[in-house]
Amino acid sequence: MRSFKDRKMRAGKNGNFFYLFGTLFVLWLFLTSSLKPAEIFAGVTVSLILALLLKGWYSNLGFPVLTPGRICFSVIYIFVLFWEIIKANFDVAYRVLHPKMPIKPGIVVIKTGLKSAMAKMFLANSITLTPGTFTLDIIDDNLLVHWINVKTADTTEATEIIGGRFERYLKRIFRP
Amino acid sequence: MLLGEIITGIGVLFLFLGCLGIVRFPDVYNRLQAGTKCTTMGAFFTIVGVGIMEPSWIFKTLIIAVFILLTNPISAHALGRASCKTGVPLSDKTVVDKTKEFRECEKV
Repeated sequence: MRSFKDRKMRAGKNGNFFYLFGTLFVLWLFLTSSLKPAEIFAGVTVSLILALLLKGWYSNLGFPVLTPGRICFSVIYIFVLFWEIIKANFDVAYRVLHPKMPIKPGIVVIKTGLKSAMAKMFLANSITLTPGTFTLDIIDDNLLVHWINVKTADTTEATEIIGGRFERYLKRIFRP
Repeated sequence: MLLGEIITGIGVLFLFLGCLGIVRFPDVYNRLQAGTKCTTMGAFFTIVGVGIMEPSWIFKTLIIAVFILLTNPISAHALGRASCKTGVPLSDKTVVDKTKEFRECEKV
């Protein structure tokens, strides 16, 4: 059962309509990569029809309602994520190339304070994309994480090191 | 043009490192680390580099890159979870393994 609070922060059918319409139209613009009036008109028509037809089908996803603050933090989050991805690649490249292979793999549990399923999904996928960690499984608010270079086995410390940098932003984006 | 070639070159280098990691690392989980981390950036740079070399393709290549970024962690997670659930052994180098504790919170 979803709690009342959880339901309140979800976008309703109309919210889903705007999400769908926006995504479809941007996708159309990118695919045609032209700004001719005829192309744009066709794009708007097709996105409008599809969004109207499908708006009721995406209620399980639970996108939060867009507010300026949320958009702002999402943009910051994307940059943070990109920076972490770049660091992750150099980190793993270093471990691959080093003749002694300095790895210290292990599986640790971390806890998250995020509530909505969408936020947890974002957190898990971000962890998978960043330095030497990837999510194996998730039960309620516990995440099972494989870590290529274990610094601590303690749950709270590991949570701070692995999830802390994302959770700060995700909490603000998905706050009811 | 040159910029595109350089970026594609960096991408190919990372893809190569990813493959090397798959050969060198000891167990499934570490190999997945190498397989996902290096290929995320490798594929991203290779595709965007091609887009820069051929400017009329840039938006389409960006879409491909974004889809790779979205789907890559999911496939890695699915493989990792499957091997974890079927009990694929960890390598000797492993320091901690909290899988058992984790399964216990499922039962409670």
